[in-house]
Amino acid sequence: MNLNVLIGLAIGLNLVALGSSRLPMLIRSMSAQGVLLGVMPIFLVSEFDWHVALVALATVAGKGLVIPGLLRRAMRAVSIEREVEPIIGFEVSLLLGAGATVGAVVAARWLPLLPEHSGSLLVPGAMATMATGFILLVGRVKAIAQVCGYLILENGIYLFGLTLIKSTPVLVEAGVLLDVTVGVFVIGIIVDRIQRAFDSLDTRKLTALRE
Amino acid sequence: MSEVLDLLSRLAWWLLLPPLLPGIINKVKAWTAGRRGPPVLQLYYDLARLWKKSVVQSRVTSPAFLAGPAVTWIAIMAAAMLVPLGAVGTALSFRGDVVLLLYLLALARFATAWAAMETGSAFEGMGAAREVSFSVLAEAALIAAMLTLSVQTRSVSLSTMLAPFPGAGVVLLAAGLFTVLLAENSRVPFDDPNTHLELTMIHEVMVLDHSGPPLAVILHGAALKLLLFSVLLTESVLPVGAITPIAGILLLIAGVLTTTLGIGLVESMMARFAFRRVPLLLLTAVLLCVFALLVAWQGGSVGA
Repeated sequence: MNLNVLIGLAIGLNLVALGSSRLPMLIRSMSAQGVLLGVMPIFLVSEFDWHVALVALATVAGKGLVIPGLLRRAMRAVSIEREVEPIIGFEVSLLLGAGATVGAVVAARWLPLLPEHSGSLLVPGAMATMATGFILLVGRVKAIAQVCGYLILENGIYLFGLTLIKSTPVLVEAGVLLDVTVGVFVIGIIVDRIQRAFDSLDTRKLTALRE
Repeated sequence: MSEVLDLLSRLAWWLLLPPLLPGIINKVKAWTAGRRGPPVLQLYYDLARLWKKSVVQSRVTSPAFLAGPAVTWIAIMAAAMLVPLGAVGTALSFRGDVVLLLYLLALARFATAWAAMETGSAFEGMGAAREVSFSVLAEAALIAAMLTLSVQTRSVSLSTMLAPFPGAGVVLLAAGLFTVLLAENSRVPFDDPNTHLELTMIHEVMVLDHSGPPLAVILHGAALKLLLFSVLLTESVLPVGAITPIAGILLLIAGVLTTTLGIGLVESMMARFAFRRVPLLLLTAVLLCVFALLVAWQGGSVGA
């Protein structure tokens, strides 16, 4: 029950991310979602477990502090305007996100889930979060907003992974988190390069060839 | 005899209490701003003053100019009579009365917009256009909220729908309905009831050409609608109908007062939104109610 409330909050943050018109707000909702996701493993297992506690701590630190910090730093370094420029408007992306959420809840009933996952929102929440990530990736112009979309997509994949928390070795999860952190690091550098080469973070300009 | 007494006390509640709410809101706003503010009973004085004045009516208007406010008031009053007051129940309850409630509110909006366009003033036409276009979303949110309660209680009658606690989606439902309340009653952040700059108004601009008793009727109708929505919000969120009548009425009054306090605080702390941002906020309200519906539907199927 507690877990479902947390996942419900994470789904709510999806919609906040879709509706937010400023980059700091988008980053804040993404990092809040990361913290929520980090706390979830504690509610999943009944007794205290070092493995789970480690995963939770690493996720909260990584998703809640390190990655948003890197993004904020990148945003300051390239000193761009804070507005998110949408290709898909805020209203439409909100409607798409809500539709995806409802669709995910309906679709999860058809999936042959394990009995312990059938009452839980884990699987629909994961699908809805991934859909939100996709919408942000496709529907936003600025590179930083797209990175946020990518990270929300990753949050969705993490939610799926939570169904297997007891059998996944901690090393795999640490590796995934490390990959994501390195990815964001690289993206931060690329963002800086794009800004220097094109004087803007508008990814539409990257599609035009020039000498 | 007791039925007549019951009906009279209901009429008294819906006739005498509404003008108190805008007074309380203004008092709250004045306190937060560090002013003394107008007396709480100000709207009663205004209504009495307007009632004694004569009507100024443009020569180009048809009788609908006067009929509009009357139809609006009667429709809202009829809608109010359908809403149960805690465990006391309604004066009139039947299967599907929630649909009648929604349509009466729509009729009230139609009559206001109609009367606004009677004088042919461009500003009033603008206000009517805004009111109608925003209400498309506000109405969708209200319908979703009512559907939630209906799914939760498996009933389409207001007195059974509003009685019990609405389950897990209560926070979503409360937030959604409060936003609808702000939008439907033209409060900040959708509209500023204090402004008299025509370019930014919605409700006020529609009633610019009305004067005297019709204006008094419009003002009372607006206050009545505010009370109606506060009662609806309170009863949707709290199990007012499930406890003893006296405690229910007290809880209802407390809920309505909390709602007015909330409106006052929102108005003190927020600025009115730019018009192009309003649909996004209303859409959020729709989604909140739709998700409450989803929770109710899911909860019902898991329980069954």
